[in-house]
Amino acid sequence: MAEVAEQEVVKVKETKEPLFSKKNKKLLSDPLTDNNPITIQVLGICSALAITAQLKPSIVMSISVIFVLGIGNVVISLMRNIIPSKIRIIVQLIVVATLVIIVDQVLQAFAYSLSKELSVFIGLIITNCIIMGRFEAFALGNGPWKSFLDGVGNAAGYGVILIIVAFFRELLGAGTLFGIKVLGDPIEKTGLYALGYENNGFMVLAPMALITVGILIWIQRSRNPALIEEH
Amino acid sequence: MALDTNKNSYTIIFAIAMVVAVGSLLAFTASSLKSSIAANKRTEKQQNILFTMGITDPEDPEAFVPADQAEALFQKYIGDEQYIVTNGEAKKSNEAFDIVVKKEGDRVKDDPNYLRKMPLFVGKKDGEEYYIVPLRGNGLWDAIWGYVALDKNFTEIKGAYFDHKGETPGLGANIVEAYFRDDFIGEKIVDKAGNYMGVTVKKGNSDPKNDRKDDNAVDALAGATITGDGVTAMIKNGVKMYQNYFKNLKS
Repeated sequence: MAEVAEQEVVKVKETKEPLFSKKNKKLLSDPLTDNNPITIQVLGICSALAITAQLKPSIVMSISVIFVLGIGNVVISLMRNIIPSKIRIIVQLIVVATLVIIVDQVLQAFAYSLSKELSVFIGLIITNCIIMGRFEAFALGNGPWKSFLDGVGNAAGYGVILIIVAFFRELLGAGTLFGIKVLGDPIEKTGLYALGYENNGFMVLAPMALITVGILIWIQRSRNPALIEEH
Repeated sequence: MALDTNKNSYTIIFAIAMVVAVGSLLAFTASSLKSSIAANKRTEKQQNILFTMGITDPEDPEAFVPADQAEALFQKYIGDEQYIVTNGEAKKSNEAFDIVVKKEGDRVKDDPNYLRKMPLFVGKKDGEEYYIVPLRGNGLWDAIWGYVALDKNFTEIKGAYFDHKGETPGLGANIVEAYFRDDFIGEKIVDKAGNYMGVTVKKGNSDPKNDRKDDNAVDALAGATITGDGVTAMIKNGVKMYQNYFKNLKS
């Protein structure tokens, strides 16, 4: 009996998946392109509307979501066998809210100026449907390592779209990138403005974020027709 | 034996355990970080007040003084020139710094007869006096606040700093940006007859460079009408509360 058990242990060890197996790598890379949470699953649109008027907050938001979703997925995955199914959504909400509060408090104590820039986004993270979506769809059914990769991958996929949208909105709406005037001075009429260029004020308003996301979805699907759903 | 996670008793025990664990974790985090957070807020307030009177980081005129120098510079420029203004009378007090404008506003809401205590800081720089008034108001989503420095005749703004809790980045959140707050410098708060007017954040002001300083108006932010209106109301009502004191001082 003991011999059989020993053999089984060896077998299990042999079949253990490497940390960055092909399957695991796909967990990281898929959400960046063909399974992007924003352009394919159309989740997380609320914050894409709210904060993409400038590049800097979009980057900061992306990093925060990578952190919260990465750690949150691991926590939910570790607890997956003991969470009562009746209250699992509440448990997921508590986990994300706790993480968000801790991040906020630690930043306020040790990186105050950064915390001031982040405060509004930190609150918005709780409302991000991608986070609850990944907890529910992935972390509740998979191990901690896979869940971590899935969390980081999805948050990065979300971040990529946020940054692309913010790049165009800030550049065309305000003529700046990271707050630096790259197209010239609109008041002194220098650079591109000397040629008659005007900032597109519509770009800084929320509807333009939706239109920009729509254009990205259109481009992605026309490049890869397999993504187009048939009804 | 497999754990039956669907039992009601298990669900209740799990919920209680989770609440206790999360509550303890958050309470521990909050209490262990409380003193650092309070110190950071105090430093920020000092930096804001100094910034309003034009004392900034020597290397970057758009940035606050470095956090480690804030206390020393605050003592140098403001020192004990801190006053509590009540009902038109000013009393010198080092407690002025700790007055929370929001709490005073709440007390007035609870009890209309309550005499509001209002902090006032008098800064001196290069022989000039700056009367710095803290302000608080409402933006689109949450609170906005700020400081304005007035000249000794209480007719124009010599410096301003605005901040917010949750205004939309790229829109209302731009009230912290230099291009917005700098428009307030030199702006008159009284009309030509000397009547108190405040400063209006005005759409279609046709004065984008804000060359006219006597029109009691600055150019609005695109896409942030309600936050701009909040700033207008905050200045109008905030500075107005000091009018009795300013009148007494002049006479």
